[in-house]
This record gives sequence, C-alpha cells and structure tokens, in this order.
Amino acid sequence: MAEVKLYGWWSSPFTHRIEVALKLKGVEYEFISEDVRNKSPSLLKYNPVLKKIPVLVHNGKPICESLVILEYIDETWEVGPSLLPKDPYERAMVRFWAKLLDEKCFPAMRNAFLSIGEEQEKAKEESTELLKFLEGTLSGNKFFGGDTIGMVDIVANFISYWFIIVQELAGLQVLTKEKFPKLCEWMDEYLNSDIIRENLPHKDKLTAIYQARFLDAAAANAAVAGGGGSPK
Amino acid sequence: MEEVRLHGFWPSPYVYRVIWALKLKGVQYEYIEEDLSNKSQALLQYNPAHKKVPVLVHGGKPVAESLIILEYIEETWSQNPLLPADPHERAMARFWIDFGQQKCRTFFSFYLATEEDKEKETKEVLEILKIIQDQALGDKKFFGGNKIGLLDLSFGWLAHWFECTQEVVGIQILEHSILPRLYEWTVNFKEEPVIKENLPDSSKLLTHFRWLKEKFSSPNPK
Repeated sequence: MAEVKLYGWWSSPFTHRIEVALKLKGVEYEFISEDVRNKSPSLLKYNPVLKKIPVLVHNGKPICESLVILEYIDETWEVGPSLLPKDPYERAMVRFWAKLLDEKCFPAMRNAFLSIGEEQEKAKEESTELLKFLEGTLSGNKFFGGDTIGMVDIVANFISYWFIIVQELAGLQVLTKEKFPKLCEWMDEYLNSDIIRENLPHKDKLTAIYQARFLDAAAANAAVAGGGGSPK
Repeated sequence: MEEVRLHGFWPSPYVYRVIWALKLKGVQYEYIEEDLSNKSQALLQYNPAHKKVPVLVHGGKPVAESLIILEYIEETWSQNPLLPADPHERAMARFWIDFGQQKCRTFFSFYLATEEDKEKETKEVLEILKIIQDQALGDKKFFGGNKIGLLDLSFGWLAHWFECTQEVVGIQILEHSILPRLYEWTVNFKEEPVIKENLPDSSKLLTHFRWLKEKFSSPNPK
C-alpha cells in the first residue's frame, strides 16, 4: 500500500491545491500540519533547499513545489480525472497559464492587497491586465479545464477564494462581476463543486489572518512613509 | 510533417535551450531572428501575454516560455528522451528546473552589481551555485545522469553566458578551485556535439553583455 503524506498548512492556497488534487484522484493521505514559523525537522529533511510547504511524501520520497507536485500526482495516479490533458499542445497551454498564475498573478494580487500609493496602483493595474487574459481563456467553458476541473482551475484557486477575501478587507474593486463576468461565473462553479466546497478553509478564520496581515502591512507602510502615507 | 518555426534572438540563452532540444531530437525547424527593439507582428500575435522570445510555432500553433517549450518538445517528439521515465525522478528534474528559474533574479542582480554591492551579490550567487553543485548535480557527470537532459539544457546558460557575466562584473566564481564539480560539468556540457556546434560567439556576446549592463544601469533605463 502506498504511503502518502502531505506536509502543509490549513490556510495556504498552495497546500489546498494538493489536497484538492489528491481528493479528486481518490488518494488516501495523511495530512501533517506544519507551522512555517516553527518548521519541523521532517520538513527541513524533506525540503532542505526551499524549506517550504507543501511537500508531498510518497513512499518516503519527497516532492516539493505545488506545480511539480500536481504533475507528479497526475502521472502517478492514473485513476480518477486527469489534471492535465493528453495532447502535448494543450498540456503546454495548461503549463503556460499555471506559470502565469503563479509567477505574475499571485505576486501582483498580493501587492495589490499589501502595498499602498503608487506601488498599489501599479499592482492593481497589473492584476487587472492579467485577469483580462484569464477571462479571455474561459470563453464558453465552465472551467479552465473544460467541462471538468483541471490543473489551471486548481492553480487559480487563490483568485477564487483567497483574493476575494483580501480584496474585501483592503476595499479593492479589482475583481468584480461587471469587469469579469466569466471569471466570476467560474468562481461560483469552482467553489460549489463537490470536492472544493467540502475542503475550503474556514472563511472567518482566513479573514482573521489576512486582517492581521493587512493591518501589519498598513503599519509598516505608514512607518516607511513617516506616518504620512495614505492607503489607496 | 508539420512546420516548426522558432522565433528567437541570438544572445538569448532561453532561445538556445530550445535550439539544443530541437537538435537533440533531430527536429527540422526554421529560425526567425527577432529584433527585440522592433518586434514583429508575428511575435506579438504569438505571445501577446509576454511579447518575448523564444516562441516555438508548430503547425501554426504557438508555444511560449522556454521551459514550457522544452516540455512540449519532449512530449511531441519521443526519440532521445530528455526527462527520466520514473515519475519521482521527473519531479526532481522539474523541481531543479524551477529552482534555477526562481533564482534568475539573484544572477541578474549580480550582473548589474555596483562596486558597493559586488561582495554581497557574489556571496548570494556562490551560495546558489553550491546548492546546484552539491544537491542537483551531486556526483553525476550531467544533471540528467550519463547523458544530458532538460535540466542540463535549463542550466546551459551557466556553461557559456555566465562566463560573460563574470567578465563584465570582474569577479570569477564558477571556476575549478571554487566549484570543481560544477566547473567540470560546464566543460563536459560544452563538449557535447549539439551544444558545441550551437553556441553564440563569445566575443559578440561579451560586447552585448557590456552594452546591456550600461543600458540597465543608466539613469533612465527605458
């Protein structure tokens, strides 16, 4: 029997991606909670280079970085829905969007939430441009993966839930129904689908964490600006 | 046979990753040199999100981002596999490919370092290169084992372009006395026929790197 362990943290969208993928594939696993402020010897052993979560450990062998783990899961467990399509060109498109989401969207949207002034305006603009690209890829489809959830849907999880929470906290109007009707429809479909709906972190608990982070960032920004900076 | 075209720019190590992969697989292709100060309509149409090279166009369908193109080439042309068959080993290769990508910024900072920053930037680059040598390469001849694979191609820039970077900065890090195994890898990598026959001219590259650093370091870099 294969032994599967997932080292992660309840509030992390990156951990959540892996939980969703494992559950979609019907893979039994043990979840080991890692507080990144106090990393366990096991985490440091399994991810000595980056020391981050999530880490999947399959029969004692670790796999790190969420996008790498998602591909590993898809290649290792062929039962259940495919996370990536079979066609090489379509696989390239999935990887392209997954990379864009992680390397561009995530940092821009995080900055839109945590920064102020000119930096925030720039982050908001960048987020909007990137969201336009995503909106464009959804034409006619329920999910980025087509009729069923695929890797891009899973990787875009932070937009559907985490960003909506922080957007409200920061009083932003970046991702709205008026500007992005298809993305908002996708969010509803994604959040209401079986596995996702049953496995989201608790909204109030998540809001409390990000509220604290928002206040910390605002205080840090104010200190840097000499108390004179005004948010958005 | 569907047509394969590669839009590239001669000094780009990212473009060369794709050239090497195509040649290792024996894939015929047409190369189109792009002037990045005057990008072609084709490039802007094929890569609207990033507007960058390389872009591979296969049967009229564009694939952008060098590392994604490498995986596409690997999956489309199955001869001479460049990734391991075992899923865990593939995941390790992808992890290190991603690691190299994540650390690009550190190497770029080293390249642009002022006199004041040099010591700090050198220390950071050395730390990363040691991790690559000790943990990614280990005792192997190549990152891919006995023969080169996608991970070697992704680190290929260390074997040629990084020489120019060090020359421009005036600091040598990747040498035998400091990083013996990684240095040997650069020698072995460049001895491979496909690599040896497909590298940009060193002195042209050095001139380009000096010019580029001045451009980035000027008060109004745009």
